Amino acid sequence: MDIHEYQAKDLLKQFGVSVPRGGIAYSPEQAVYRSHELSGGRCVVKAQIHSGARGKAGGVRICGSDEEISEAAAWMLGRKLVTHQTGPQGKLVGRLYVEEATDIAQEIYLGFVMDRTEERVVVVASAHGGMEIEDISADEPDSIIRTVVDPAVGMQAFQAREIAFQLGLDARLIAQAVKTITGCYRLMSDLDASMVEINPLVVTSGGEIVALDAKISFDDNALFRRPEISEMRDKSQEDKRETYAQDRGLSYIGLEGNIGCIVNGAGLAMATLDMIKLAGGEPANFLDVGGGASAERVLMSFRSVLNDPKVEAILVNIFAGINRCDWIAEGVVRAVTELDLKMPLVVRLSGTNEAEGQEILHNSGLNIITAPTLANAAEKVVGLWHETRKEGAA
Amino acid sequence: MAILIDRDTRVLVLGLTGRIGSFHAQDMINHGTNVVGGVTPGKGGSTHHGLPVFNTIKGAVSETGATLAICFVPPPFAADAIMEAADAGIKTCVCIADGIPASDMIRVKRYMRRYKSENRMRLIGPNCAGIITPGQAFAGLMPPHIYMPGRVGIIGRSGTLGYEAASQMKEVGIGVSSSIGIGGDPINGSSFRDILELFENDPDTDAVVLVGEIGGPQEAEAARYIRDHMTKPVAAYIAGLSAPKGRTMGHAGAIVSAFGESAQEKVEILGQAGVTIVPTPSSFGEVVQKMIA
Repeated sequence: MDIHEYQAKDLLKQFGVSVPRGGIAYSPEQAVYRSHELSGGRCVVKAQIHSGARGKAGGVRICGSDEEISEAAAWMLGRKLVTHQTGPQGKLVGRLYVEEATDIAQEIYLGFVMDRTEERVVVVASAHGGMEIEDISADEPDSIIRTVVDPAVGMQAFQAREIAFQLGLDARLIAQAVKTITGCYRLMSDLDASMVEINPLVVTSGGEIVALDAKISFDDNALFRRPEISEMRDKSQEDKRETYAQDRGLSYIGLEGNIGCIVNGAGLAMATLDMIKLAGGEPANFLDVGGGASAERVLMSFRSVLNDPKVEAILVNIFAGINRCDWIAEGVVRAVTELDLKMPLVVRLSGTNEAEGQEILHNSGLNIITAPTLANAAEKVVGLWHETRKEGAA
Repeated sequence: MAILIDRDTRVLVLGLTGRIGSFHAQDMINHGTNVVGGVTPGKGGSTHHGLPVFNTIKGAVSETGATLAICFVPPPFAADAIMEAADAGIKTCVCIADGIPASDMIRVKRYMRRYKSENRMRLIGPNCAGIITPGQAFAGLMPPHIYMPGRVGIIGRSGTLGYEAASQMKEVGIGVSSSIGIGGDPINGSSFRDILELFENDPDTDAVVLVGEIGGPQEAEAARYIRDHMTKPVAAYIAGLSAPKGRTMGHAGAIVSAFGESAQEKVEILGQAGVTIVPTPSSFGEVVQKMIA
């Protein structure tokens, strides 16, 4: 789960990391009011969306007067900002963060990630802050400092000190840097974050270390024990199709094509998308119905897939282990009847109670096309989709 | 004996009296698995499916001589159960739970290092379908009838995609020595490389099928091992050719976040290591048949 910059900064402050003063605003008037609460000098209006690279999309503006603040806020609020991280549909700006402007003397990159090779938290730092880490890795690979944290004892002060000295920080700044780095690590481990990224972490002209931007993601698997983090979820930043399915316990990812997919198991679901592509089609979604799928769950899966108006044909691919083909078949029959499904539907059932499942589909009298193998199912659904397209065009 | 489990392996079920543990334990027993007991804290002294139930894994091990534990404990408590198994002297622990926090898994892996390598438990999973030696025994969720006994090993992250591979192989008359699910989590117990090594040293296995997916460094690590150490032929399929970057595709670990983690890159890396690539998820049967002919 991702959170907004202002939420991340609020958490960082609780763990002893300095951040610029600022306040949240939902209207141009509030934005101006917030700026008056601050020192009254220059301030930065920042669109709060779950994406980096907001500046290039016009989502970060330095303002020197009430008029500028008001104008910037009015431009951003309600707008969909498109960055390379949001996809072409962009993300809606529903709130702004108004922050005092900071005089920057030096920009640093500081990130904390779960490293899958080390199987530990790794701190990544570079004196080339402000650039994205991918670009730093490409352009300034030697500048990257990596420190592995032992989970048994946590981050040690000496490790943070070594990072600070390697970054070339002035000796007077080392204590502040250690507080910042160890604070981020404590946040990560105490709150089950999967990633903490401060880019840039800046040294101000006044000799202070401040987190100028912040991005924190949380481990979805640990949210059960972090209700205070779950409260920060902003559904306006999510794909509506995905929110609908995820709220019902289905694993769903919206894609750009026209063929809806309902599959059991994440690996098989990915393979099914690949197979549709190989057959010349484009999948509309990834959907894993999970193990032990009841007829009810299958019905919910159909609803989720049909929430996407682009969907013109549906492929159901089930290899039943814990699942049972007869339950799935009942769910398919119910979905076609209750949702009055008219588009082509191809169903491939394999595994536990396969024969019973096939019988339910055949006896239903509905126009459900069955397929014996994954390859055959993909070819059939793509073929039928092309046919309906042609009919539509004619 | 193929690897990790056979008809003589003494199997302990963690969470035996729960709904899911109870159901799958019965299925395992029905298919010849030597289940010797279960553990549910607080229910020690009772019996379930005619098997003794223990309060602690240590108690169960000393009474039954169990060497393999299958863990059906739910995700919030699974890490604790795995560490208890490691401390009780269990040799192999198969963990099914999908949804263990990554930080818990970091703790588990750190904890397991307390034991000397010869006494260290081998963890399979979590978030996996289990392990099976067809015709002998299994510890997991799989439908055993789709596997034909034979001499090709399977290692996969995904349960159902592994079933797909096994059933396509059965269709063309190729049997399986053992099939091992390593699970779809970002931090897991055994890697592809770990299991490849077991198959390389197993006299009952002639070839291996690797079923990988996007995300993480383990397929690349496996490629290096295959290139430098494997004498047996290996075929591989990688799921997720059409997965968008930066999105988690169902499995917590199925996310492309670094160079070399996309399906295309993994296919290339494995191909360069001499692995036979299974180009589509419907060609496991024919490709493996050609490879071992």
